[in-house]
Amino acid sequence: MVLSHRLGEWAGHAPVLEEEVALANIALDLLGQARVLLSLVGDEDELAYLREERAFRNLQLVEQPNGDFAHTIARQLYFSVYQHLLYERLAAGDGEFAGLAAKAVKEVAYHRDHAEQWVLRLGDGTAESHERMQSGLEALWRFTGEMFQPVEGLDAAGTTAATGTTGTTDTAGATGTSGSGSGVDWAELESAWLSAVTATVERATLTLPTGPRSGAWAAGAGRQGLHTEPFGRMLAEMQHLHRSHPGASW
Amino acid sequence: MAAVTADQKTQSTSGTAKAAGTGAGPAAGGAPDAADAALLAAFDAAVAADDRIEPRDWMPEAYRATLIRQMAQHAHSEIIGMQPEANWITRAPSLRRKAILMAKVQDEAGHGLYLYSAAETLGTSREELLDKLHAGRQRYSSIFNYPTLTWADVGAIGWLVDGAAITNQVPLCRCSYGPYARAMVRICKEESFHQRQGYELLLALSRGTEAQHAMAQDAVDRWWWPSLMMFGPPDDASSHSEQSMAWKIKRHSNDELRQRFVDICVPQAEALGLTLPDPDIRWNEERGQHDFGAIDWTEFQQVLKGNGPCNEQRITQRRRAHEEGAWVRDAAAAYAAKHTTPSTRTAQPAQHVEETA
Repeated sequence: MVLSHRLGEWAGHAPVLEEEVALANIALDLLGQARVLLSLVGDEDELAYLREERAFRNLQLVEQPNGDFAHTIARQLYFSVYQHLLYERLAAGDGEFAGLAAKAVKEVAYHRDHAEQWVLRLGDGTAESHERMQSGLEALWRFTGEMFQPVEGLDAAGTTAATGTTGTTDTAGATGTSGSGSGVDWAELESAWLSAVTATVERATLTLPTGPRSGAWAAGAGRQGLHTEPFGRMLAEMQHLHRSHPGASW
Repeated sequence: MAAVTADQKTQSTSGTAKAAGTGAGPAAGGAPDAADAALLAAFDAAVAADDRIEPRDWMPEAYRATLIRQMAQHAHSEIIGMQPEANWITRAPSLRRKAILMAKVQDEAGHGLYLYSAAETLGTSREELLDKLHAGRQRYSSIFNYPTLTWADVGAIGWLVDGAAITNQVPLCRCSYGPYARAMVRICKEESFHQRQGYELLLALSRGTEAQHAMAQDAVDRWWWPSLMMFGPPDDASSHSEQSMAWKIKRHSNDELRQRFVDICVPQAEALGLTLPDPDIRWNEERGQHDFGAIDWTEFQQVLKGNGPCNEQRITQRRRAHEEGAWVRDAAAAYAAKHTTPSTRTAQPAQHVEETA
């Protein structure tokens, strides 16, 4: 939902008309996925519009401001590759989310392809685009560690979801035994992610960032409701109208 | 949001259209030779028989110029028209409404793409047309120079602005130029859907809390007259119309379409439980149509001249998006140049988008 919102901010500002369509398309897919997930938990609008910043559990990565097109694409690369690999694994399992993941995996495969194609174009395009793409990758790198932290609560829910999963032996050939109980082997997911991102980055003639992959706070802060400063402002804008008319339906 | 093509007929009295008025033949170059006369006769016969003119067919230069101007203006309206609605994407009050609005703005970008492609069949290019838009040499519909001040404006735009656009555009599905007519068939389907969504949004507000009802009424009050202006100047001031009707680009006069729109809206407003801000609207038994009040043509001219509430803002944002995106387009071009020949790579961006849009 949060990333969808960020992508929605691009409407009317994209560099080419095709990207207006593509970014809106991705935003819509993500919003659709979010609505399904939120509805499993409760009322989607109550969850979206009436929670405060500290109650949001999204990754810090997805709340990062759009920046220039390269920053948006870097964020999208990191997240879409992650989401694609994660959903493939969930879809292969037999848990609660397998059906949802199987449906969403087709969408996120497209998002991933879109992001990878743009990383190639920008990285291997002009000197300026190369520099901007590299800077986008660097700026968002610190938020990538968070994606692979087992999530308390979610992981417990996932236990029922994917007990005895052997499906995680697929793509990367890593062992499928998961220590966390989520059915997802986070370490294996991380190494699959790293090799996929590395391959794209290198093919794009760029360099994989070398900085730390989490900030001073432990990776996983977003999952604990600890966010970055721009997020509160984003929520203020998103929630303002809904909160101004308590109890109204739209 | 839908685009409209009627409202700027007056000031675009391009010299070219005059130079080769219908019956006059290729008058500009002096005595027409026999071959030209035969081509023109064949063209006129095709138009008279309601045949479609296709890109490779011969056509009078003035017909080509008029179509390029009109289709460009239509395409520009789609992309400028994204702005007033996109203004509310981040503030949409429910996730369902947000999804609907995002999908609508995405459709508008798609309509822009169809229309630029259709215009390109006439020998121009999207880049050239965008340059003209950015330089203020081609226009977009006056309606998009009004601001969206509340959420209800999104509904009013859907109901009234898209409604007016559809009234204008449905006859374009029978336009004599084939690529334009075909684009309009696809566009009108989506526009009708948007209009219903806008109406439904307003209905929810009108039946909602007192504050929501007031918000809906205020939006309708602000958008009603500008929507009527979308049909363009009155017939006696619309010099371009006659030629366009003779060429069957246009099928009905501005005033005819405006009247049709008013007659459609009056009962819809009643069903919505909202009023239209015109004390002079009443049913005229004799005419079998509604009478309505006078339009403020001074305001209309001001907006067309660039002095509307948002003219500056809209064009500045469009220019900025284009300028700030230049390095991205350069990168894509440079990459394509490096990688076209031995390409084992997958799709180009445009194809990619169309598959999934």
